[in-house]
Amino acid sequence: MTVFVIRRLMQAALVILVMSLLVFFGVHVVGNPVDILINPMFTQEEYERAVQSLGLDRPIHEQYVVFLGNALRGELGDSFVFGQPALELILQRLPATLELALAALLMAIVIGLPLGVWAGLNPEARSSRLIMGGSILGFSLPTFWVGIMMIMVFAVMLGWLPSGGRGRTVDVLGIEVSFLTWDGLRHLILPALNLALLKMALVTRLARAGTREAALQDYVKFARAKGLTRRRVVLVHIVKNIMIPIVTVLGLEFGTLIAFSVVTETVFAWPGMGKLIIDSIQVLDRPIIVAYLMIIVFMFVIINLIVDVLYSVLDPRVRLQDIKQ
Amino acid sequence: MSGALEAKPAIDVLPVERETVPVATETPLRAFVSDFIESKVAVGGFALLATIVLAAVFAPWIAPQNPYDLGVISILDGRLPPGAEGMDGMTFWLGTDSMGRDMLSAILYGLRISLGVGVTSGIIAVGIGLCVGLLAAYFGGKVDTVIMRVVDLQLSFPAILVALILLAVLGKGVDKIIIALVVVQWAYYTRTVRASALVERRKEYVEAALCLALGTRHVLFRHMLPNVLPPLIVVATVQVAHAIALEATLSFLGLGLPITEPSLGLLIANGFDYMLSGKYWISFFPGIALLVTIVSINLVGDRLRDVLNPRLQK
Repeated sequence: MTVFVIRRLMQAALVILVMSLLVFFGVHVVGNPVDILINPMFTQEEYERAVQSLGLDRPIHEQYVVFLGNALRGELGDSFVFGQPALELILQRLPATLELALAALLMAIVIGLPLGVWAGLNPEARSSRLIMGGSILGFSLPTFWVGIMMIMVFAVMLGWLPSGGRGRTVDVLGIEVSFLTWDGLRHLILPALNLALLKMALVTRLARAGTREAALQDYVKFARAKGLTRRRVVLVHIVKNIMIPIVTVLGLEFGTLIAFSVVTETVFAWPGMGKLIIDSIQVLDRPIIVAYLMIIVFMFVIINLIVDVLYSVLDPRVRLQDIKQ
Repeated sequence: MSGALEAKPAIDVLPVERETVPVATETPLRAFVSDFIESKVAVGGFALLATIVLAAVFAPWIAPQNPYDLGVISILDGRLPPGAEGMDGMTFWLGTDSMGRDMLSAILYGLRISLGVGVTSGIIAVGIGLCVGLLAAYFGGKVDTVIMRVVDLQLSFPAILVALILLAVLGKGVDKIIIALVVVQWAYYTRTVRASALVERRKEYVEAALCLALGTRHVLFRHMLPNVLPPLIVVATVQVAHAIALEATLSFLGLGLPITEPSLGLLIANGFDYMLSGKYWISFFPGIALLVTIVSINLVGDRLRDVLNPRLQK
């Protein structure tokens, strides 16, 4: 086990190193580093001073070492637009993104699971076919367009919900959250639903397949033979058992939710990390771009690491296979 | 009288059909086509897709106006609702955008760009996936390990994130978005090709070819390649739909195509600005076009998977 974790940790460190190389050389070689790192508003004197202080007159491999050293200390430069450290700006936006992603995850389960269980219990019913057809649509519809259509219907035509923003937030342990105020909750519904659609379709399909399989098992037959109510058989004997694979898959998919929040946040003007990076790319606020890329890669490496380790705990075959190689 | 005439050939046709089916002269292509058309939904999807592709290819000839010819469009026709009539008496069936462009024409031109980018990137990525996947399966060992590690690593990141990182570094442009889409897709193709090539590698015909001392390249591309194509075709169809959706998403975010190459995603993004004032048609109709394209490709892909999957064949 320890060998496995150490190997995975080393791999993770390697990935982060490779990504830092890619991002660094992408920004410094493909583009002109002077344009990228120095504010174009500078005068000639300020410009030369900046070139020197940034070390852009030194050879490229030395620059990389300096960049890496700064990155390790969490210094990824100041934003041109906000004049604050890039890292700090991004971390400020992190809670909003996490809140959105968690709300979407919750919605995917709360809506997707009952639909899937229903479709699994009544596979031939017309309503089940409708649900499964809808789940295919959930996979093929482009997220951003669905978001726009939601705004059109619920915000513009019906006027029930706000079209964007985060609404009133409450400070909980130093973190701003929306879901505790009525106004914030109203702002949260549409973006969370939009982000949840894809995962909802996934949960529905998993739940349906799981239910159909579980319904034929002996323990379910036995429970029914004992004379338990249908309600108890479904809720305790079936749902409890199909939850394990669903929770595992959703855990794995949490990373993609954060990645896709870039789209949803842009559509609904949700002030999270995703909106910040898109805005920064539009105005070429490069320190933010570099910092965001490094943070998101770091986050994904950590998520993948946790998933790998969890898998090896749950299924020893994974770990043995890896060590044998 | 006419009834009798019609009934006669019907009786004649039946025995002929019974004779031709069991005869071994049926070509694989014909067998494939007859399998494919068994599903009505798939045929419908294919017809829809064919119409979309034809409409995109012939857009300059069938579009009511050239939406990017400034001499034709008039700003006075701006933001007209669907079915409205313009200054010069032309009817805009799907309305106009803020510049007075006919949305129907803009969508036809946009389809051209969306499909073009999706298919081009798909072809390049299939080429790379075929070569790399075959090499990994043929040589095995270290080569295989390194290639598959890279593939696994890339697939552990969501496609949209990889594309976002690349475009943030590369900037905008048709060539840039094609590069990004190729990078996103090649890993799927490589994995598919490798998996089926590993199976083919152990079969007797490959061994026979090797015993004849045929060159590596000959065995790889003449003997193994044709046999790994069926699963690849299935993955490629679905992937092209993904690529088109991804390109639209990236263009919507302002990362993909430049404003001079308005794909469906950019049209939707332009319309988004007018959504809050109730002018839904500027982004609604391009979205419908995008949706119909993706769904029709998926319908065809679904059927291809059923037909080409050897496990489902008797």
